[in-house]
Amino acid sequence: MPTLEIDGQQVTVPDGTNLIQAAAALGTEVPHYCYHPGLTVAGNCRMCLVEIEKMPKLQIACNTRATDGMVVRTKSDKVLRAREAVLEFLLVNHPVDCPICDQAGECKLQDYYMDHDRQESRVPLQSKVQKGKAIDIGPLIMLDQERCILCTRCTRFLDEVTGTGELGVFQRGDHCEIDVFPGIALDNPYSGNVADICPVGALTNKDFRFRARVWYLDTAPSVCPTCATGCNIDVHHRRNEIFRFRPRHNPDVNAYWMCDEGRLSYKRFQGEGRLLQPVKRARGAWQPIDWKQCRAEFAAALQDAEGPVAGIVSAQSTNEEIHLFRRLLESRPGGCIAGHSWSPPDASRDDFLIDADKNPNTAGLRALGLDPGSARALIERALKGEISVLLTYRTDLSRICNSEEMDRLGDKLQHVIVIDTHYGPSVEIADLVLPIAAFAETDGSFVNRSQRVQRLRRAIAPAGNSLEGWRLLGDLVAGEGTAAVEDASGVFDELAAGTAAFNGLSLDSLGGAGAPLSAAPAGRE
Amino acid sequence: MSEKILLRHEDVAGLRRLDKYVEDGGYATARRVLSELQPEQVIEEVKLSGLRGRGGAGFPTGMKWGFLPKDNPKPRYLLVNADESEPGTFKDRQIIEHNPHLLLESTLIAAFAIQSHKAYIYIRGEFAHGAKVLEEAVREAVAAGHLGSNIYGSGFDLDIVVHRGAGAYICGEETGLIESLEGKRAYPRVKPPFPAVYGVFGSPTIVNNVETLCCVRPIMERGPAWFKAIGPEKSPGPKLYCLSGHVERPGVFELPMGTSLREIIYEHGGGIRGGKKVKAVIPGGSSVPVLTADEIDINMDFDAVAAAGSLMGSCGIIVMDEDTCMVRALRIIARFYHHESCGQCTPCREGTGWLERLLIGLEDGGATERDLDLLLQVAENMMGNTVCVLADAAAMPTKSFVTKFRAEFEEHLRMGGCPQKLAAASAVRASA
Ligand SMILES: Cc1cc2nc3c(=O)[nH]c(=O)nc-3n(C[C@H](O)[C@H](O)[C@H](O)COP(=O)(O)O)c2cc1C
Ligand code: SF4
Ligand code: SF4
Ligand code: FES
Repeated sequence: MPTLEIDGQQVTVPDGTNLIQAAAALGTEVPHYCYHPGLTVAGNCRMCLVEIEKMPKLQIACNTRATDGMVVRTKSDKVLRAREAVLEFLLVNHPVDCPICDQAGECKLQDYYMDHDRQESRVPLQSKVQKGKAIDIGPLIMLDQERCILCTRCTRFLDEVTGTGELGVFQRGDHCEIDVFPGIALDNPYSGNVADICPVGALTNKDFRFRARVWYLDTAPSVCPTCATGCNIDVHHRRNEIFRFRPRHNPDVNAYWMCDEGRLSYKRFQGEGRLLQPVKRARGAWQPIDWKQCRAEFAAALQDAEGPVAGIVSAQSTNEEIHLFRRLLESRPGGCIAGHSWSPPDASRDDFLIDADKNPNTAGLRALGLDPGSARALIERALKGEISVLLTYRTDLSRICNSEEMDRLGDKLQHVIVIDTHYGPSVEIADLVLPIAAFAETDGSFVNRSQRVQRLRRAIAPAGNSLEGWRLLGDLVAGEGTAAVEDASGVFDELAAGTAAFNGLSLDSLGGAGAPLSAAPAGRE
Repeated sequence: MSEKILLRHEDVAGLRRLDKYVEDGGYATARRVLSELQPEQVIEEVKLSGLRGRGGAGFPTGMKWGFLPKDNPKPRYLLVNADESEPGTFKDRQIIEHNPHLLLESTLIAAFAIQSHKAYIYIRGEFAHGAKVLEEAVREAVAAGHLGSNIYGSGFDLDIVVHRGAGAYICGEETGLIESLEGKRAYPRVKPPFPAVYGVFGSPTIVNNVETLCCVRPIMERGPAWFKAIGPEKSPGPKLYCLSGHVERPGVFELPMGTSLREIIYEHGGGIRGGKKVKAVIPGGSSVPVLTADEIDINMDFDAVAAAGSLMGSCGIIVMDEDTCMVRALRIIARFYHHESCGQCTPCREGTGWLERLLIGLEDGGATERDLDLLLQVAENMMGNTVCVLADAAAMPTKSFVTKFRAEFEEHLRMGGCPQKLAAASAVRASA
């Protein structure tokens, strides 16, 4: 653990820490382009030059390890002059087309120019080297070679992280340009990451570009709901609309990356297919009702039940929803509950981030004592007429039974009550439908494939008249004679107190990075 | 020094062939070294000889070999830098094409010293003939048991592979060479780690210039004291001087280290072509600061040339006579570095092209008042802040040309172009 001095302040850092990280520990940013903590050091941009006592030349902070007694200056005149010079060099052949560049607002060239340079151009515009603009290099990525500062983050990502190597540097000197190798596209399951790590507007995401100026966007830290890995993400949103998901650093889960499937999954939570309004079936037709009526209908249906009431909850649900749903059922005499986790047989998977389990919370279901494969047995009981009322929570019945069985279920059951975010086959046999908030519209938590509990945060309001699941279930449970729940944290506390695996955890204690379950998941009670 | 060591083929005809080379005493030294000495003894002798690298930096060779980690279990590699691409430099080529077995025998001894069992000769792509000669020489040496396994019954194995580059100056920079050898784009590596610790294929690696290595057999044959007695004590040995430009007899001359620059130009090179006066001399290849006519009374050794404000570099002496346009000369140099920058580091990638464009403006017209100072500032900003020293190699001549011949640059600015060209153009107009 070397102790060194940076700009007059002492700091002690772990062995092997480089000077960019060591300075960051003191809250000092050493400006840098090519360095990225998830990639090997290239040392090419020369932006991170710092002065080190007893060394005649400036040294690059990214490739210099902190050593005991080192005296570093990141703001000396010599350093500031070198920084200015590097920024001037970066702009020698830059087209300076910022007004029409979608990176504006999150461009390191703009930012550092404003912070460290601000000199007038000494290069006539017409003398600049011209390169390709708006080149479509893959399903998700656009390339502008003129804006590229040749930091090689993108090529290193594709060489070192995905191992696919689609991009290379071509030509030499100031004719250097990034491009795809002839005859191939930048098309791999993680291609979107190159736009995130490109410090300038050279690689942009086709799905996002020109849709919003980034300074208008708000950010909510969350967890990708697309598979069991649970990559940490930021949800970028504005006025109740999600604009993009971006990976958020978590060394224990996804490092700095996420897959394209997860990245684009935000689309399925908005618009098409969403359930926006409670409805009941009246004489074969759907009739919109308000929540008060809906609760009354719900209570009546349960009251009405001639036999057992059963529920199925899927691994799409949060821990809080699973917990309350279970309470709702188990508080009833004869109430029973099953879990369900379904993924397509041909689901994408790899040995990096993409998991074949397309549910974000299969491990949570298990940790809360529900067998994710138990739904079929429950359906079979229902088909035999052993159940009167069936509640489905974020569960698509067509993944558990075939269409003939579906029809029979509709006939056999007194009531089918569907609680879900989207329209689906289950709705066809339902007589009451309760719309709930989708991902990014609710707080809560998931447990990922490595038994890590991670927190989701509400970014935007629930669509239409839908309610957050925990709020709705809280009301329904309270209707059974207990106090209403205030927020998702309260629900979590309650489940943590009652479930060994969650003992001692709270939503707040999860922080941004989550925490491992405190014990092995409990078996089915 | 009348006896030629490195260019012995000039004294002994047919030395290129193995039989002739052996008849002349070739491979006897290697045989003795492998049979009788320990590797450390060879390193010690080379240290004692005072041999300094001929690739450009003059780094002590024995000391470089001593940097190899003792406890690294990975194989070691010896890389022979035969990329010779510095403008004004054409010495290694003489050895390669005419005295290849001297290089192979020296490589064998050096590989034994550092205990490397595989050596690569990385040869400049354009040296197609040289590569053929080397490949043939390797075949001969393998067939005769001078290379291969259990050489001379010593138990020591060595394979030598001749690897052709594909035509980039930067492949001569030792870590660019390593990347290129690994099949990658020749981006010089950031250091540390240095090649002695983490070189080709991640293994401990020594890179030496052809001429440097060719001193090893003579040192082991005649002893370090003999070597150290040639030329100045701190910079000893026989040396190849590449003389080009406006001289009567350009060529490669083998003379003791420390021979005076004036002697090389006027005695060995026959003086300036057409009896003209000398205007400027670049003493060490295009990368080093230029010397004016008043500065050429220096001895050519690493320390003396450095003391005179320039560098011995690769010892490519480029002579310019009184009619030379210094702006044009610098523009040509700048074009080279612009073309050859690997493009990795910001200051070099952008600066080399900027320098050339400023010089084009000065020579062809279009330059503005501030461009002279800008030229100096750009050069200054490029220096000392990059991965390899190519940026310095472009900046150093720029600074010295503009400073030492400022009046000529200012005249270009005043006239709106090259006075020589403008005069020629108006002469054409007058006669039309
Ligand atoms: C841009 C550049 C080009 C170089 N080209 C060569 C070359 O062509 N041949 C060479 O021997 N050394 C060249 N060098 C020097 C090598 O990096 C290295 O220092 C040398 O091969 C070491 O050998 P030595 O110790 O025997 O001198 C070059 C260096 C730079 C920075
Ligand atoms: S495209 Fe972006 S990430 Fe790639 S080298 Fe250029 S600036 Fe760097
Ligand atoms: S200084 Fe120039 S040639 Fe050397 S690594 Fe940097 S860009 Fe390449
Ligand atoms: S961040 Fe250190 S050189 Fe680019």
